[in-house]
Amino acid sequence: MEALEIARWQFGITTVYHFLMVPLTIGLGLLVAIMHTAWYRTGKDQYLRMTKFWGKLFLINFIMGVATGLVQEFQFGMAWSEYSRFVGDVFGAPLAMEALLAFFVESIFLGLWIFGWGRLPKAVHLLSIWCASLATICSAYFILAANSWMQHPVGVEMIDGRPVMVDVWAVLTNNTLLVAFPHTIFGAISVAGGFLLGISWYHLWKRRRDGIDTVGADGKVIVGSEPSRGRDAADHKVWLRSLRIGAVVAVVSFAGVSLTGDLQAKLMFDQQPMKMAAAEAACHDGTGFSILSVGDLGSNDCADMVAVVELPGMLSFLANGDFDTDIRGINTLLPEYQERFGTHLPDDPIYGERAGTEIDYVPVMEVTYWGFRIMITFGMLAAAAAAVALWVVRKGTVPESKWLMRLAVFGILAPFGANSAGWIFTEMGRQPFVVAPNPDPDGIDNVFMFTAAAVSPGVSLGELIFSLSAFTLVYGTLLVVEVKLLAAYCRGGVPAAMPELLHEPSTESAKKDDDGGPDGGDGTGGRGKDSGADDVLSFAY
Amino acid sequence: METLPTVWFVVIAFFWTGYLFLEGFDLGVGMMMRGFARNNTERRVLLNTIGPVWDGNEVWLITAGAATFAAFPQWYAALFSGLYLPLVLVLLALIFRAVGIEYRGKVDSDRWRAGWDWAIALGSLVAAFGVGAMLGLTTTGLPLNANGDRVGGAFAWFNGYAVLGGLAVVCFCLVHAAAFLMLKSDGEIRLRAKAVVLRWLPVALLPMAAWAAVLVLRNGKAVTVVTLLIAAIGAVAAWLLAKAGRDGLSFTGLGIFLVAGTVTIFTAVFPTVLPSTINEAFNLTVDSASSSDYTLGVMSVVALFGIPAVLVYQGYTYWVFRKRVSSSAIPAAHAVVVQ
Repeated sequence: MEALEIARWQFGITTVYHFLMVPLTIGLGLLVAIMHTAWYRTGKDQYLRMTKFWGKLFLINFIMGVATGLVQEFQFGMAWSEYSRFVGDVFGAPLAMEALLAFFVESIFLGLWIFGWGRLPKAVHLLSIWCASLATICSAYFILAANSWMQHPVGVEMIDGRPVMVDVWAVLTNNTLLVAFPHTIFGAISVAGGFLLGISWYHLWKRRRDGIDTVGADGKVIVGSEPSRGRDAADHKVWLRSLRIGAVVAVVSFAGVSLTGDLQAKLMFDQQPMKMAAAEAACHDGTGFSILSVGDLGSNDCADMVAVVELPGMLSFLANGDFDTDIRGINTLLPEYQERFGTHLPDDPIYGERAGTEIDYVPVMEVTYWGFRIMITFGMLAAAAAAVALWVVRKGTVPESKWLMRLAVFGILAPFGANSAGWIFTEMGRQPFVVAPNPDPDGIDNVFMFTAAAVSPGVSLGELIFSLSAFTLVYGTLLVVEVKLLAAYCRGGVPAAMPELLHEPSTESAKKDDDGGPDGGDGTGGRGKDSGADDVLSFAY
Repeated sequence: METLPTVWFVVIAFFWTGYLFLEGFDLGVGMMMRGFARNNTERRVLLNTIGPVWDGNEVWLITAGAATFAAFPQWYAALFSGLYLPLVLVLLALIFRAVGIEYRGKVDSDRWRAGWDWAIALGSLVAAFGVGAMLGLTTTGLPLNANGDRVGGAFAWFNGYAVLGGLAVVCFCLVHAAAFLMLKSDGEIRLRAKAVVLRWLPVALLPMAAWAAVLVLRNGKAVTVVTLLIAAIGAVAAWLLAKAGRDGLSFTGLGIFLVAGTVTIFTAVFPTVLPSTINEAFNLTVDSASSSDYTLGVMSVVALFGIPAVLVYQGYTYWVFRKRVSSSAIPAAHAVVVQ
């Protein structure tokens, strides 16, 4: 093991982990803002409950995204100082814009939203969740601008061996970015869709198990009620509405993911042909999309790779929109890369001990091949399941089957898996480059960087091993804590976020007395709060 | 000296000052979760004085880091890789602290709360010390070679200035937090906070004053003597005003101490952003470490709109949540009931 490999593992682990929290934050934030809007406009109780419940889960998850995001911001300089020096002129700008234009809005307005129940005027309170939600989307744009520049550098000139930004507009409208951004946002929304669907299914199932809701002779639900307001008829509305929103969102966002993914693939066939060839384990030129290839993917050796099942013409369609264009395989691409970028790393001190070693232009095929397929499969499965779920609940509730409920709950993981697999594919597929060369005829020559040159020369193997172990240990522990906490709040249902529901149906004054616990506001917005003799916080840590 | 790099040096100094002023008190409040606060209600009062604002305060740190990356990539690369281990600890500390603040009240169990209390207290302490050490070292130097890489191993950064900087920020945070609690809490906590300020302020500000004084002596700029004096006046005023019961003005006095102190520090070292302790020729300066004028120009436009906007809406949140938090304002804890 050398420092470079540890640094790469660390970046991979911390980034994939961070990106478990990010899509849920982006997707759920948007849905909570929409629920809050529905409550603001209709005043209906179920929308308030939905806002509070999903808002609570949103916050539990949000903080983990924030906490692990800081690691990303610092890690470039800490472990990848040569990278930071090389790209700083163009790469740092979108990061700084993200902090200044998105992170501030996100965190400050979220603070206003969390603590603003019963204190802010209703419209301002609603505005604050929208600001926070849109800021998370905005931050995705900036960080994807930075990432897209690594995939497809634009807007720079080489001066003194470093890319210097000459056109910020080109960086912010990089065609790679324009498809990666909607692809990522749709992917994030699909995560939130599956999340709503799985948890709501569980609660509808539990209401049936406990005999609250029953099904009539015509198959339609007969909504029942328990004395506790936590399990009244409105509670049924909360879950059914949430489930339908989640399912519709999952289906629609999958359509969005597919369309943008298609555009992205077509771009990638041009911009990083080797990545797409490796996604296919396609050694020879051809038109077919591999369903199953045999051979030792791990050996990365083209000699023994055979596509056993393939869809004729499909690869050509993915890349070009027709069925008979030969797509260049690895055997064709490899000599082209070797001719342009050399067969061995140059004798430059920036490569340290790696100087002069042979360059492997073929990404790790077992990762790219399966990453690409896992992404697509999980995405499709989640969307198909959501469509089926929508049909299953057409009469107002879910079946009594425990297994179906479990499937719905574990199905939450599928869109997460698709997101992670997609990122692992696209980042590993870019190797051995950290900044991939821009092959456009009018692109910039010589702007590329081998990952081998990017790592911090001054940071020792021991330091990296320490940090990798520490981050992995802490992240692993916190993941367990977060999932347990989320599960407890999910099981608790709406009263977990609105404990006042557990008490008797109450008058306004009685409510005020036991206005207890986190998020416990009575939902009356800015009215009537200042007149109270007490000044009990409507939200308190 | 070129204009735009100098402007961005000032902008980054501004971000660090803003960070120390804002997160200074919430880090201090975090440290006081153990030791100062005596029971659960008091801890909840403490947390809720910073509750709506701490996350926004922390963005100042992210912005300081990102702005350094954008404007001075050489500085960012050398400083962050050179201080690899301490920054790992700062990051872990900030993670524990953030998660602790959010999760502490989410389960009604004494063990759960006690665990997170320690996470918040130690996390705040380590983060403050680490950031202080980092700022101390960027003003006094690291063993950097010609490429800007640290030489001499994982602990080569460690010296007295790292400790001085760390102590300076930790002590400042504590007294700043006490002044903040004086202003934002009520009842017994407010009284005890006042006692902390009166007793500890004269001692707690000494490390930061010493750090600034060292830089004044090393660099010998007349103007920094003046700003250091202003800082001293701010500190004295903060103490006298606290004694007189003028909470708001006392807090302002501490603010003057901090701003004058950081102005002293950054003015003293200018135009060097990170000295090399091996060879002066390897020093990183505003000119040698900066991005191109085009990039700095773009960032200037962004900052010109972004910074005033941040000040307005962040100011608004402080105004919305301006009321004092007292023990009686804390609602009862509730368990997550599983149906």
